[in-house]
Amino acid sequence: MMAPLILKLALFLILLAACGFIVYLVKQEKVVYTWSYRILLLGFILHTIHLGYEYYELGVQPVIGIKAALSFFSWAIIGAYLIFHLKFKLMILGSFIAPLAACLMIISSTIPGGEVVVKPIFKSLWLTFHVAISFVGDGMFAVAFMAAIMYLMQERQIKNKRFGSLYSRLPSLETLDTINHYALMYGFPFLTIGMVTGAIYAQAVLGSYWQWDPKEVWSLITWLFYAALLHARVAMGWRGRRAAIMSIIAFLILIFSFIGASLWLSDYHSFKNLEGGTGV
Amino acid sequence: MITILDIGMNHETAPVELRECIARDPGNASMALASMREVSTIREGFFLSTCNRVEALCITEHPDEARESVISLLSRLGNVPEDNFLSSLFNFEDGEAIKHIFRVASSLDSMVVGEPQILGQIKDAYFEATREKTSGVILNRLLHKAFHVAKRVRTETGVSDAAVSISYAAVELAKKIFYDLEDKKVLLIGAGEMAELAARHLMNQGVSAISVANRTFERAVQVAESFKGNPVSFEEIMGQLLEVDIVISSTASTEHIILHDDVKGSMRKRRNRPLFFIDIAVPRDVEPRVNNLDNVYVYDIDDLKGVIEVNMDQRLQEAVKAERIVEEEVIKFEKWLKTLAVVPTIVSLKEKAETIRLAEIKKSLAGLGKLTPSQMEGVENLTASITEKIINDPILVLKRKADRATRDTYIDMMRKLFKLDSNDGEGE
Repeated sequence: MMAPLILKLALFLILLAACGFIVYLVKQEKVVYTWSYRILLLGFILHTIHLGYEYYELGVQPVIGIKAALSFFSWAIIGAYLIFHLKFKLMILGSFIAPLAACLMIISSTIPGGEVVVKPIFKSLWLTFHVAISFVGDGMFAVAFMAAIMYLMQERQIKNKRFGSLYSRLPSLETLDTINHYALMYGFPFLTIGMVTGAIYAQAVLGSYWQWDPKEVWSLITWLFYAALLHARVAMGWRGRRAAIMSIIAFLILIFSFIGASLWLSDYHSFKNLEGGTGV
Repeated sequence: MITILDIGMNHETAPVELRECIARDPGNASMALASMREVSTIREGFFLSTCNRVEALCITEHPDEARESVISLLSRLGNVPEDNFLSSLFNFEDGEAIKHIFRVASSLDSMVVGEPQILGQIKDAYFEATREKTSGVILNRLLHKAFHVAKRVRTETGVSDAAVSISYAAVELAKKIFYDLEDKKVLLIGAGEMAELAARHLMNQGVSAISVANRTFERAVQVAESFKGNPVSFEEIMGQLLEVDIVISSTASTEHIILHDDVKGSMRKRRNRPLFFIDIAVPRDVEPRVNNLDNVYVYDIDDLKGVIEVNMDQRLQEAVKAERIVEEEVIKFEKWLKTLAVVPTIVSLKEKAETIRLAEIKKSLAGLGKLTPSQMEGVENLTASITEKIINDPILVLKRKADRATRDTYIDMMRKLFKLDSNDGEGE
């Protein structure tokens, strides 16, 4: 009975922090930021405890069903933000990331949970590894996505020489580009390892590395896109606007393969199937 | 009745020729203060002299005589006949004078609203006045309040936030393009006051190197020396475009020096590292199309002027907020000033004593049991005469000091000793 309470508290704190970050964006008062950050951190810790508890209870990673998946995604995004915060100390980034994470949490909380039937096939350390690694990568890409949006907003103002109220609030172009760059660099290996472990697991239990199921296909497209982007950045020296636009597109594809492909197109990766019924 | 006077001239009321006459000599301030001290009608004095203003602030009970003394003092200081500058003087009294000095300290009366130097200048002038011992209770408080108002205006409004000079606006922009200016390199093409100023600002931000290019190499060497930079020839500019991050251009050339195709080519070689052109030249040195390239930002003189105009507007909008803060503080100060008169102080002293007496009787009566009317009268008389005797001497001192120079000090002290301003806890 403890678990739902902790999750609700975490949701409340993250929501509160997101509001605080938005207030900070408008008012620019540092004290608002400091508290929002602390509240977010506390919410994140509670959320982590909740996930740990779920894992212990179910014996599998708590990403069965879209409800849990969204909640886990939100956790990964906040986690990635906190890591980047350690390096860049960029207060304003929170004003963009926290609302995104809070939104996912809210969506997750409105989806009815229901009793989860865990089929034995999912009880595997490999699978846990596959899911966790993939989500960490997704969290990093979400940070890259937000940094890219902020970059485009700021770049437009500087290029067109028309300055709105966001101009003074947003950081320098180079900072945003660097965040985008690092988020891609760190996120990509996770995505890759996530896909490889998934394939190995599939080979072990299904006898085939690759099933051509829609989620797998879309994930591959996502991976190719990010690989191309990373190549363009590292080898061809892409920077700034073009790289930002590309990483926004890549993230939209990622979201589609995450939600769209899972809900409507998928075969055995489908959340419907995961919750019992047909599937593998 | 005391009056606060503020007489002087500023950039709005007087032409620069007149202001510089009077403000010329840095020793003027102490001389002015010394002669204000000699004038018997001036009780406290303060003298401020900067390149945009000369003014004397004084506390007096005879405003007309004091004003004349100040005007003749200004005339002597500048060696200008009074008639020549009477029309250029402003002349504020009491509330207006308080407001004026608050506005000056908050940089609302400055030529460039929000410029930060004025506060330091007032502090120096105040230091001078305390050293010459011309400031007293009222001026001490007035100036400390002025510093307080200036601080509030600076922290609560944005009057001094945005850059309002061309060269500084360029630096601010550079900071929005680059994360850190410390590892950045600058190329200065041509020379000129504004361009060199921008380069100097960038140097203060810690840029790592400055190259200077000029049509005549000798001139390049000369300019480079003053920046500890390295001179390059005009033909090397294209090669420099691969190295530097910020280019300040200010040549007399009638044709574009930096061309679209050249920059486009060099961007590929510099792996798209951002490049920022500050083009101060008229006609322009950088082809306008260059701004269309990714990761290249070109600001010409008109763009920078546009930035400044926006910032200026922003400052003026913020100034409205600042004026409200000033009004607020003027009201507070006037309230304090009123308490300095003798009569209200005596009245509130008596009131306080009476309040204490009545409260104590009420407390004690409960323990005394039932008293006869004559006993009751006895208690009343006893307590009344004790309180009266206790406050009698302080009141006499106040009355005797009523027209002496130290009166304000006594009144102020009295109000503090007897805690007559119970809600005025904020002080300095």
